[in-house]
Amino acid sequence: MLSYWLYIGIFLAVAVAFPIIAVSLPAIISPRKPSRRKQEVYECGIETEGDIRVQFKSQYYIYSLIFLVFDIETVFLFPWAVSLGKLPLFAVVEGVIFIAILFAGLIYAMQKGALAWS
Amino acid sequence: MADLINVIRDWLYNLMISWGASQDLAGFVLQVLGSILVVILCFVIVIALIWVERKLAGRIQDRFGPNRAGPFGIFQSFADIIKIFTKEYVTPTGADKSLFNIAPVLAMASVLAIWAVFPFAINVIGADVNVGVLYIVAIGSFGILAILMAGWSSNNRYALLGASRSVAMLISYEIPMVISLLIPVLLTKSMQLSAIIEAQRPWWFLIVAPTAALFFLISSMAEIGKAPFDLLEAESELVAGYHTEYSGMKFGMFYVAEFLHQYTVGALITIFFLGGWSGPMAASWPILGVVYFFTKTFLVYLVISWIRLSLPRIRIDEMLDLNWKFMIPVSFLNLVVVAVADRILMDLNLARWIYVGVMFALSMGVLLISLAIAGNSKPKVERVQFPTRPVAVSPQSDQSKS
Repeated sequence: MLSYWLYIGIFLAVAVAFPIIAVSLPAIISPRKPSRRKQEVYECGIETEGDIRVQFKSQYYIYSLIFLVFDIETVFLFPWAVSLGKLPLFAVVEGVIFIAILFAGLIYAMQKGALAWS
Repeated sequence: MADLINVIRDWLYNLMISWGASQDLAGFVLQVLGSILVVILCFVIVIALIWVERKLAGRIQDRFGPNRAGPFGIFQSFADIIKIFTKEYVTPTGADKSLFNIAPVLAMASVLAIWAVFPFAINVIGADVNVGVLYIVAIGSFGILAILMAGWSSNNRYALLGASRSVAMLISYEIPMVISLLIPVLLTKSMQLSAIIEAQRPWWFLIVAPTAALFFLISSMAEIGKAPFDLLEAESELVAGYHTEYSGMKFGMFYVAEFLHQYTVGALITIFFLGGWSGPMAASWPILGVVYFFTKTFLVYLVISWIRLSLPRIRIDEMLDLNWKFMIPVSFLNLVVVAVADRILMDLNLARWIYVGVMFALSMGVLLISLAIAGNSKPKVERVQFPTRPVAVSPQSDQSKS
């Protein structure tokens, strides 16, 4: 098992190294003639005004909050799914209740209008 | 001959031992060689896929597609590579340089790293870890980070808007994707990929759990970020989305990562729902298993391309509603039904085909009932009814009739 994780470590290193090589190789061959006009932000013809990192819709934040809840839930469900065969039926029902509680949360968020894109 | 890959591996191992290398060193060198081989394979696959995709897109849209460079334009991808290697890098003023340069590398690495755990044939597995599914889910999420980094560091409003939109979409669709992945795990009672393939030897999980397979396909299409879910680069609204400011090979990395991601999703569907490398004679001939694996993956890839080339883009509110108000509730319902049914049917100790039949019926039942409920609930927003206009009839068609 340990050698498998060693392989994954090596693989991660190779998977990062290849794109780095691919990205840095053209830096040697390609021309480099920077100019002020060329390096302007590509938005439209005229110069960009004001701060670019603008405030955006708070809806994105609410979505990510709800996502966090459900993502953690699914992580908890993986061990449950793996040991389903060894669990008594009662423990299976407990898992179902756990899902039902979070499902109620989803319906609550829906009723509150948190998932409405307006 | 049957076990070609393992024969070569053992030969190299013994060769290094005979040269006086220790067993640890020989194993380490083999692992390095193996991972480099898989990564190069990924790049070669992408070069072929770009040509296939462009040719297919051309044919579906009633064009020829690439047809100048070489027979049927097969050298088009190579010409593009040479061109993109000689392009200048332009970094916009005010960009966050380090984040700007890390983002394309991370986008590519997050897709490549998933390939570490793929089983290509019966004994040809990179790392057969016991948490393979969790590894895929964890590594796959890094792509979202790359998109946000690219959008934020570009110092461009369109890029930032595209990035925040796509992050909202990608994290939303990750939930039904992970829940659909739970179902093969639940049916196998293991997160090991080789065990999942072993468990679907006679009956693929496509037949045991069709709803999960469908939901996994839809949500991973959203994860790829291609049409009908290509909001992240809605050309008419956002120039090119998060990679507006990228040029040369840095853009190329995003482009290659997108294609490789689509192929990787094909491989994931193959592993979880189409039996992976399994097929006739594959257990005794691992080389056949490799062929089956890549053929199935390629077929799934073509299906995804076909879907994306046929459907128009959907609006962001419709797309998020589809996820939060349909796919997440239904996939949770499906999970509960499959879990309870699997547990009860296991206690009953029925024949395998009865078990598969009941599971198929329950899964399809969940899908059809929820589709019926969703179809009956009317949308709150009234659609604008355009007045009907008289249709013009050309005089030529009138003459031909009479």
